[in-house]
Amino acid sequence: MIAAVVGMFAHWFDRKITARVQWRVGPPFFQPWYDFLKLLIKEVIVPEGAQKFTFLAAPLVSVASVSVVAALLIRTIVFPAETFIGDLIVVIYLLTIPSQALILGAFASGNPLASLGGSREMKLILSYELPFLLAILVPVVKAGETIRLGAILQYQGTEGAVIASVSGVISFVVVLLCMQAKLAKVPFDAPEAETEIMAGAYIEYSGAALGLFKLSQWMMMFVVPLFIMMLWIGAVNWRQTPLNIFFAALIYIGIILFMTLVRNTNVRLRIDQIMKFFWARVTPVAVIALILAFLGL
Amino acid sequence: MSVKLKALTKSIWVFHLAASPCNNCDIEILDLLTPRFDIERFGMQLVGSVRHADAILVTGSMNRKARIRLKRVIEQAPKPCFVIALGNCACTGEMFAPSYNQMKPLDEVVPVDAYIAGCPPKPEAMIMGVVALIEATLAAAKK
Repeated sequence: MIAAVVGMFAHWFDRKITARVQWRVGPPFFQPWYDFLKLLIKEVIVPEGAQKFTFLAAPLVSVASVSVVAALLIRTIVFPAETFIGDLIVVIYLLTIPSQALILGAFASGNPLASLGGSREMKLILSYELPFLLAILVPVVKAGETIRLGAILQYQGTEGAVIASVSGVISFVVVLLCMQAKLAKVPFDAPEAETEIMAGAYIEYSGAALGLFKLSQWMMMFVVPLFIMMLWIGAVNWRQTPLNIFFAALIYIGIILFMTLVRNTNVRLRIDQIMKFFWARVTPVAVIALILAFLGL
Repeated sequence: MSVKLKALTKSIWVFHLAASPCNNCDIEILDLLTPRFDIERFGMQLVGSVRHADAILVTGSMNRKARIRLKRVIEQAPKPCFVIALGNCACTGEMFAPSYNQMKPLDEVVPVDAYIAGCPPKPEAMIMGVVALIEATLAAAKK
């Protein structure tokens, strides 16, 4: 629930900033609510030739997995000592499920443009997932090679934030780029390129199914930055004072603002350019960050 | 006013259907997105797929070939969905009405919810037309 509400806020913020950048007024504050409600009351059309079950199950799976991630993360923040070993890996896996659901749904819809979007999404996952994992390994190494989210948070509570080191800064930049791709924002929005393949993977979705996909997208806008903040800037002790929560909110808004500005000042890359960018440029940087982390920098 | 209706009228996603227009109306539609008019203030968005549409803006003079395809596209839209005839061509057929390829105004092909006249209509006229449509919908729901 929190993820949905904050995610809707993030979506509104994103659109509003975009509008301001383009010297426009922008949508009202409750716009995502209206959009979502409206999509719920619209008719759901299952196109002829579509795999009905997969087509309709994909958005549900997407929302469900993001909700689980949100619950896990918030629980970790509130009770950092009570998490289980390996929850970091669970979160990483669950974070890829929305993209996979999108691919499945796109292929199930039987629309050529949708399957084009789906295949682009697949290549996008292949491109960003490797540097994303390498960058995540940096806080893991820093926190004494633990794969428990709570332990990483606690480590940062006592030893200072991961970002306050050379490897931390480098990997943070890498992970921000990966986040941009994970949320499929310009310049990495080839899967849903509106002007060339008409919203790509979403093309055949209508009504509530589309609404659920949008909702999971908005929730991702909360979950992924939160995840990154926990791993890199976790030193903000979430439970201590209201002021710290305020700071955390500021950092979150800062990340969203950065994302929006990047999206507004860049052009869409072709999918092969995206792959080249991530594999040839970002991955080596992530590897360097990881080596530095092992050296204790 | 019910929540459903409010959500519907506050977030109209527009699909732009060009049925052999001269592109004049289409350029004016794009003007709606510019800083001067900025219809995103009202929650309106141009969408790329007819499956996402709440309103379909039809421009152009429907000739014999466009008519069949136009009907098929409009049938693909999820209901409730408004159809708006934009420009003189879509409203009446304009000067192409007596032409050899069987021109028909839009309302003889599909039911139309609103007419916006002009060649091309000004962006202000389009906003007014949509506002009139919203008001009519709300008034009809009250009865």
